[in-house]
Amino acid sequence: MTFVKSLAAKPWIWSFLGALLVWLATISFTGGYGGGGMVTAALSLAVFTVIVGVGQMFVITLGPGNVDLSLPANIGLASAVAMKVMDGSDSMIVVGLLAALACGAAIGAVNYLLIWALRIPPIIATLSASFIIQSIDISYGRGLQIKPPPGFADFANWQILGIPVLAILTVLFTIGAAIALQRMIYGRSVLAIGQNIRAAWLAGVNVGRTRFLTYTLSGVLGGIDGALLAGYFRGANVDIGNEYLLASIAVVVIGGTSVAGGKANVPGVWGAALFLVLLLTMLNTFGVSAGVRLLLTGLIIVGVITVAGGEKASR
Amino acid sequence: MLKANTDIIRLNGAEKHFGAVRALNGVDFHVVSGECVGLVGHNGAGKSTLMHMVAGTLRPDGGQIVVRGNAEIDYSVARALKLGIRCVFQELSLCPNLSIAENTRINHPALTGLGWRRKAANLIAAKLEEIFPHHGISADDIAGDLSIGRRQMVEVARAFTVTRDPLDLVILDEPTSSLDAHTAGQLLAFVRRFVAAGGSCILISHVLGEVLQNADRIVVMRDGKVVATDAAKAFDRDRLVATMGGAEAREKIAAEIAAARPADSPIRVRARPARQEDGRELVARAGEIIGLAGLAGHGQTDLLLAIFAAATRRKTGIEVAAPVALVAGDRQSDGIFPQWSIAENIGIRSLARLRNGLLISPQREAELAEFWKQKIGIRTPDMTNNIFSLSGGNQQKALFARALGSDAEIVLMDDPMRGVDIGTKLEVYDLVREEAAKGRTFLWYTTETEELDNCDHVHVFKNGRIVANLTRDELTEEKIIQSSFGDAA
Amino acid sequence: MTAIAPGTTPTSSPRSSAARARLLRSLLPALSLALVLIAIAWLNPRAISYFGFSLMLNLAIPIALATIAQMFVISGNELDLSIGTFVGFVGCVTATWLKDAPLLGVIVLIGAIGVYALLGALIHLRNLPSIVVTLGMSFVWQGLAILVLPKPGGKAPDWLLALMSFKPPFIPFPIIAALVIAAVVHFGLMRTSYGVILRGSGGNPAALRRAGWSLLRTKIVLFALTGLFGVLSGMALIGITTSADANIGNGYTLLAIAGVILGGGEFVGGRVSPIGAVLGALTLALAASPLLTFMHIPPDWQVAANGAILIIVLAARVLISRRER
Repeated sequence: MTFVKSLAAKPWIWSFLGALLVWLATISFTGGYGGGGMVTAALSLAVFTVIVGVGQMFVITLGPGNVDLSLPANIGLASAVAMKVMDGSDSMIVVGLLAALACGAAIGAVNYLLIWALRIPPIIATLSASFIIQSIDISYGRGLQIKPPPGFADFANWQILGIPVLAILTVLFTIGAAIALQRMIYGRSVLAIGQNIRAAWLAGVNVGRTRFLTYTLSGVLGGIDGALLAGYFRGANVDIGNEYLLASIAVVVIGGTSVAGGKANVPGVWGAALFLVLLLTMLNTFGVSAGVRLLLTGLIIVGVITVAGGEKASR
Repeated sequence: MLKANTDIIRLNGAEKHFGAVRALNGVDFHVVSGECVGLVGHNGAGKSTLMHMVAGTLRPDGGQIVVRGNAEIDYSVARALKLGIRCVFQELSLCPNLSIAENTRINHPALTGLGWRRKAANLIAAKLEEIFPHHGISADDIAGDLSIGRRQMVEVARAFTVTRDPLDLVILDEPTSSLDAHTAGQLLAFVRRFVAAGGSCILISHVLGEVLQNADRIVVMRDGKVVATDAAKAFDRDRLVATMGGAEAREKIAAEIAAARPADSPIRVRARPARQEDGRELVARAGEIIGLAGLAGHGQTDLLLAIFAAATRRKTGIEVAAPVALVAGDRQSDGIFPQWSIAENIGIRSLARLRNGLLISPQREAELAEFWKQKIGIRTPDMTNNIFSLSGGNQQKALFARALGSDAEIVLMDDPMRGVDIGTKLEVYDLVREEAAKGRTFLWYTTETEELDNCDHVHVFKNGRIVANLTRDELTEEKIIQSSFGDAA
Repeated sequence: MTAIAPGTTPTSSPRSSAARARLLRSLLPALSLALVLIAIAWLNPRAISYFGFSLMLNLAIPIALATIAQMFVISGNELDLSIGTFVGFVGCVTATWLKDAPLLGVIVLIGAIGVYALLGALIHLRNLPSIVVTLGMSFVWQGLAILVLPKPGGKAPDWLLALMSFKPPFIPFPIIAALVIAAVVHFGLMRTSYGVILRGSGGNPAALRRAGWSLLRTKIVLFALTGLFGVLSGMALIGITTSADANIGNGYTLLAIAGVILGGGEFVGGRVSPIGAVLGALTLALAASPLLTFMHIPPDWQVAANGAILIIVLAARVLISRRER
């Protein structure tokens, strides 16, 4: 009983419960058919949301007004850069990944530079940056439909016993992120800044460096995500990252991270990503139209934030 | 004057708690028409909480509010305004993005319709002229562009403007804190005229002379209770100070400090305020406790923050020779991390030393917290409880533990005893002197004159500048007040 | 402020310099619009004509209305990330129900404004971050738009087409419309007595509550006004394009935020300017396509131009505040 109670107190448990419910609803609709395949597919797709979701989570945890709106543009550009550098050759995979990573890091750094130098809210800084990145991507990736090297595409789709290898790697990465959050100076600094940036500065936290690292980290994760997406879908295009603006924010919120900052939740990002992917699968299985799908996604996000918003008001 | 001796407002047994903090503990309080009630007490004695209840901005957890003989069940700001009760709050209540006329409109629902702008402008201009002749403020000025003193003038004048609602009682919570001697005098003269004409007033001020000279009756608060109430004539300064409490400690402190004279130790901080025009500067040596005095908001905090910033980044005019930590006075906005445990709140300043390899060691963090729990006497069953499970005084102790538990050799204190009970204060005073004897340097800004007894040197601030540098032997309250208000520059 | 009255705090110099900085900042929107106009005149003098302006400012009216909509929520320290898809939804309703079943169309549009008002109440009562709520709502509106109009099409009501293609003598219609919008909103928000309360709710909410005003009500009013101007923007857009598409307004969310900021607005503190917002919207509308075509900038870089203008203006603003400090 106490175990159940302590589990119920964890904010991330709800997103996993939601994912489980949606999965059960779907397989009861199909009469149990395809349940396992659905989980495999959900894991493969959730990976991409989790990677950018963790980056967005660190940014949002920095406190009110902090959000990275440049992720979709970042993903788009990085996927194009990775594919162009790899140029279909297996020997260039690592170089291509590094290029995507560097591209993402540069975008993150520029974001913070704008925030810091122009003293403008992160929303408008990452927004203006994303305008420019989008144009670079359109111009750079014009007519580009380069396929990933076969080795890279195989890697991105590799499964062991029905479990995608990317998902296993991402689980390891999220464990690392959780440790960094709670047990490293960087993570503690992020949490402190999110609760009260002035108090954090007065307590000796290096506010500037922490914020710079966080935006750069978000950029790096966006870059890697772009490269992996291009590998998984066997090709890059300008719109490849579009759905990750809302998805990255939604998984953070649904996963139990406080939008007011200072309280982050890594496992919740996984639960929420699985929930969203399975929800889409369910709606597709039920055969609802695109309009209803969008409508329900939106309502669920508004509903979750309405329910979760209450605890913050007590402060 | 016929109305004399009728109650305007009466509070019976008012109580208020904030979490574990008991701000008001069964207070009886009343104001009759045509009197000026002076309200005094140390910071945190409960004066502001009580006034928020009179003004309707806070609901009591227990007790009764009676206005002109009618018990008010659903008392609120709107109700208070209708009944002619208004408050000038200590925190400024102007909208910085609006003009003075527009800010006046906010307090007057009746100012609508065609020509409301002109009406509002005339209303506030006339009242400013009446209270502060030759004020030099235009009704079209944007509030955010005005100096803090002028904003305070506008706020006071605004509280005395009348349209539809009556005006019987005005609460003035530290109304002169940002005014110079001349405008403060104008204001107090106006208050006396207002009271003589039958209005009522509650005057809260740190400057005891203002209260003694202008109030008809004085109420003294201490630790959330009213401890004395009597005609102003029955009080003198010494009796007021004694009733407010804390004086017992003074002789003890004076004796202890006289014993410990810091030797010619190395200089730790040398700082000149940004607006200082003469050669005066603040110099602090190892083992010294340096006081920063003067009226609130006259550049003391700014200098502390500048010194804090200079510890990590070069700054002209300020030299800092050792690691710095700061103890915040405004706990909510500058100190506490509300989501964290007491231990995490203490450990944040020392994370680098709590590491084991790359990771922070939970064990070392717990040890640090436990050490300070014992040493400074934080009253809690478990240091992993949330910081808000503590009372205000114990929260402040945790902030002291954060600073003293760090590697900092220089500790900046930004009026840290605000809202702290007297028992906690005495414990912390002892600790500060003990740490100073071990060689730490303290820069201590305080609005409580008694606390300056702990200091070796006191710098008095006015308008962002140091206007006097007093050694302990020269230190008297009169001298500080004189320098704070004087026109010396 | 030359003579300082005796006895007052001698601090009038920071005040006048703050006022000067504010004046300079408030001129910035007009200045950036003038710069864009000069650039156009220099590149293609023929564009500066009745016909040229009618063409270049074709889409300025819906953009200006969406910008004004965004400005209302911003003056209450909130942000609406759903205004673009909302404009698209209104467009779809306008091109279908409003033409075929006017009564139903009007009811739906009024209901949509009501939803905005409810969102304002929800955000205030539950103390929610408006960014997340409106991000979710952006999906709701887009989903509804697709349900109303699954494939691009529909047709604007005739009266709307007639209104939007109105050709007054001498001055092109978009310019007149912009003047009217700016004047009406300026009067409503900056000159009326309740407009003061609305702006005050962004400047110092605690002070407003202490003066006895309901912050719930101000938030509801601000969100309802956003909904109202969003509806006007969607209708104006369909009046120009004649038919609708569920994605037609998607770009407006970011354009509207950029317009408010270009127009001298700030995200917090209730500092907004309706006239500036309209000027900002005109600047963006001009810069969006014609200018870049004249300058032989490939269409690839048109999005970047918006981002660059935004960054340049914000940088100019920082420079002004720094120098005046």
